[in-house]
Amino acid sequence: MTDLVIIGGGPAGMSAAVAAYERGVRDILILERDDNLGGILRQCIHNGFGLHKFGEELTGPEYAYRYEKKVRELGIPFKLNTMVLDITPEKRITATNPEDGIFTIEAKAIILAMGCRERAKGALNIAGTRPAGIFSAGTAQKLVNMKGYMPGKNVVILGSGDIGLIMARRMTLEGAKVAAVCELMPYSGGLARNIEQCLNDFNIPLKLSHTVTQIHGKERLTGVTIAKVDENRRPIAETREYIPCDTLLLSCGLIPENELTKCTDATLSQITGGAAVDQNRETSVDGIFACGNVLHVHDLVDYVSDEAEIAGKSAADYIDGKRNKTLNIPITTDGKIRYTVPQRITEAKELTVYFRVADVYRDVKINVYDGEKLVFSKKKQKVAPGEMEAVKLKSEIFAYAKSLKFVLEEA
Amino acid sequence: MYDVAVIGAGVVGAMIARELAAYKLNICILEKEHDVAMGATKANSAIVHAGFDAKEGSLKAKLNVKGSKMMENVTHELGVKYRRNGSLVVGFNEEDRVTLETLLERGKTNGVEGLEIIERDRLTVLEPNIADGVKCALYAPTGAIVCPYELTVAAIGNAMDNGAKLKCSFPVTTITAHEDFYEISSGNDTVKARFIVNAAGVYSDAVARMIGDDTFTVHPRRGEYLVLDKECGNTVSHTIFMTPSKMGKGILVSPTVDNNLLLGPTAVDTVDKDDKSTTPEFFTSIFDIAAKTVKNIPRNKTITSFCGLRAVGDTGDFIITSPREHFINAAGIESPGLSASPAIAEYVRELLGSDGLKLEKKEDHVRTRRPMHAFREANIDEKNRMIKENPAYGRIVCRCEGVTEGEILDAIRTNPRATDLDGVKRRTRAQMGRCQGGFCSPYIIELLSRELDIPYENVTKFGGESNVALGKTKEDK
Repeated sequence: MTDLVIIGGGPAGMSAAVAAYERGVRDILILERDDNLGGILRQCIHNGFGLHKFGEELTGPEYAYRYEKKVRELGIPFKLNTMVLDITPEKRITATNPEDGIFTIEAKAIILAMGCRERAKGALNIAGTRPAGIFSAGTAQKLVNMKGYMPGKNVVILGSGDIGLIMARRMTLEGAKVAAVCELMPYSGGLARNIEQCLNDFNIPLKLSHTVTQIHGKERLTGVTIAKVDENRRPIAETREYIPCDTLLLSCGLIPENELTKCTDATLSQITGGAAVDQNRETSVDGIFACGNVLHVHDLVDYVSDEAEIAGKSAADYIDGKRNKTLNIPITTDGKIRYTVPQRITEAKELTVYFRVADVYRDVKINVYDGEKLVFSKKKQKVAPGEMEAVKLKSEIFAYAKSLKFVLEEA
Repeated sequence: MYDVAVIGAGVVGAMIARELAAYKLNICILEKEHDVAMGATKANSAIVHAGFDAKEGSLKAKLNVKGSKMMENVTHELGVKYRRNGSLVVGFNEEDRVTLETLLERGKTNGVEGLEIIERDRLTVLEPNIADGVKCALYAPTGAIVCPYELTVAAIGNAMDNGAKLKCSFPVTTITAHEDFYEISSGNDTVKARFIVNAAGVYSDAVARMIGDDTFTVHPRRGEYLVLDKECGNTVSHTIFMTPSKMGKGILVSPTVDNNLLLGPTAVDTVDKDDKSTTPEFFTSIFDIAAKTVKNIPRNKTITSFCGLRAVGDTGDFIITSPREHFINAAGIESPGLSASPAIAEYVRELLGSDGLKLEKKEDHVRTRRPMHAFREANIDEKNRMIKENPAYGRIVCRCEGVTEGEILDAIRTNPRATDLDGVKRRTRAQMGRCQGGFCSPYIIELLSRELDIPYENVTKFGGESNVALGKTKEDK
């Protein structure tokens, strides 16, 4: 029996491990599928990480190494090249690696920190041929930054998620020509600073309300047809335009990777795709916690670390039997606010509720209702789907509430 | 000098080569693509039809029913996944019922066992997700599903294990008939063979013309498909067909042997034998059409789509003929070609025999082949024994489908060897899951590069100019 098993040695898993250790847990094991700790940060060689957490601009590998160093210094055990195959609701973990073969571990507590994956081309229903030269942006990033190979020289990018924006700049710096970034929505899903630093600074056009309607080329990609879309996101035929290119990068959304979470029978949120959790990041299964991009997709790794610390400390308290669940208050949203994390409050202590909105809104109020009663309100000049928001709620606001509803009110 | 050259490494060519490899013959298989199973074989409905569809007395009917009966044993020998899931042709009204009764009678005449017409009450027990408008169905318990490219890879592999040669990237451009052999050329390479079997799919008419046979033509019929996530594989357990009508055969909804859900195909006649592109119209209509027969199909679980080209002959039947001495056509093998393929192979072998090919059994012939999914299907103790012997089986490369490095190396090292990314995909399922190779393809390229001893940037998706990486970063311009 191991006290705490953490699935995933990326920023979330490492941060959770360190937090649990600092809270007194010594019997910890991190299981990491890759050949090193660090997760996707290892391929994110651009800077901009750590502004909130460390007050300085780090690259992805530097940010990851701050935590890897701690994990190593504290002597927290980890197994690399280890893929978890199954987790039962009773917290029995089956995993495999080349040294141990297939093995099982019983855990007192588990923290899920498996991260997310990119939406693949197949899910986008783009008509046309199936040539080489179509990559998800993260795959291209791995080829360029980790393997040292160019996915192509003439690039179109579909989707303006942050990885797509980062790769627009990266490919340009490597000598490729990025013809355009097409975004289906009338706004970008990426961070404002990335639009500025990765597109505008390099004169790469961002075509909002545009999509790729057809793929051309038999062996290697030879071009794409793009078109403007109407308000129902349907392509407008007259606006079709052919762009010759050898590479199409896709940055069309990230999907929390919860196949293992499903094995545990934890309740999933239909909106985030991750587990539904309380303020401790505990799932509906006793002693199973989740944090980072497996729970919901974050824009900044700094917030992943914060969230993972909560999960790590809470798992430590759970192992020590120091948990004090007295409430069961569900948090619902109005749709303009798409989701919150946590989705449920179980303890009467101050908490931060993170949320994402469904569209770009200006001059709005974030209102929190307990039934009909307004218990909290905060003004916001601008909110956008690409930027996660947060509000702090004091315990007296909800101590006697049956449920809380988050509502976005437009002026 | 080969005894027999089989042109085309689709399922038909593969099964013929495997059949012939049991005899003391020198065989080569010529394939124009970079790998086997690259035509209609990798892009069809993956169904082993029961055999009630084809017209009584036709070759299609005879070989379908016989092939369907042989398939379970063939797949068992080759270690290929096969599931007798049964099929249902569903009807919406009295007109459909009349058609279903005709199909029932035809099936009985063709020798299909167990056919019956069932009513909605029983249908909803068999398939809880059957659509509300469905009234009745023709139930064929002998209908089955199989993975067609896995079958083809295994059959070619088995033929090769028994001595057959495979030449990929060999597009036959000319055939010269000499007194007692043929000279077959690709432009770059030439082979000589005493007998030829033409199993060139949509190009089989072009190959026949090379020896002066212009008695038939083959045209492509496009069929587009959608593949849904494994989460959806249990939506139905049987293969659900629509009743054929003047409007066509409709589309099917079927689980695959790997538990995905398959929707399709469209049926559009065309002339371009290379155009395998999908169309916007397909994506906008397919779910509405599928919903006529099956409800609760999720619309946001597509993992990929593709288009196949069926080789449709102009005679309405399979064209298995001998237009001149020592030359056999196995052409126009559209549906139910996959189902019929083991029977086609026997039939072609008999034709070759009566055409003078000496058929003497090999004493050391091996009918079986190690299943490509041997590791995956093993129990934990066996797996651990295999990992101990070969630690590469302990390393998962494709997380979505749970494919190990050991299995990928097997695919690159065993007959017929995978030499590109798609070849690895078809043999192992790595890159075939929900992330479609997003995470694992850079590493699989590395494995291919190492095993084939070629530079990373020379690894292709499917041969030709389909290179994945286009040079190194920081390269001098």
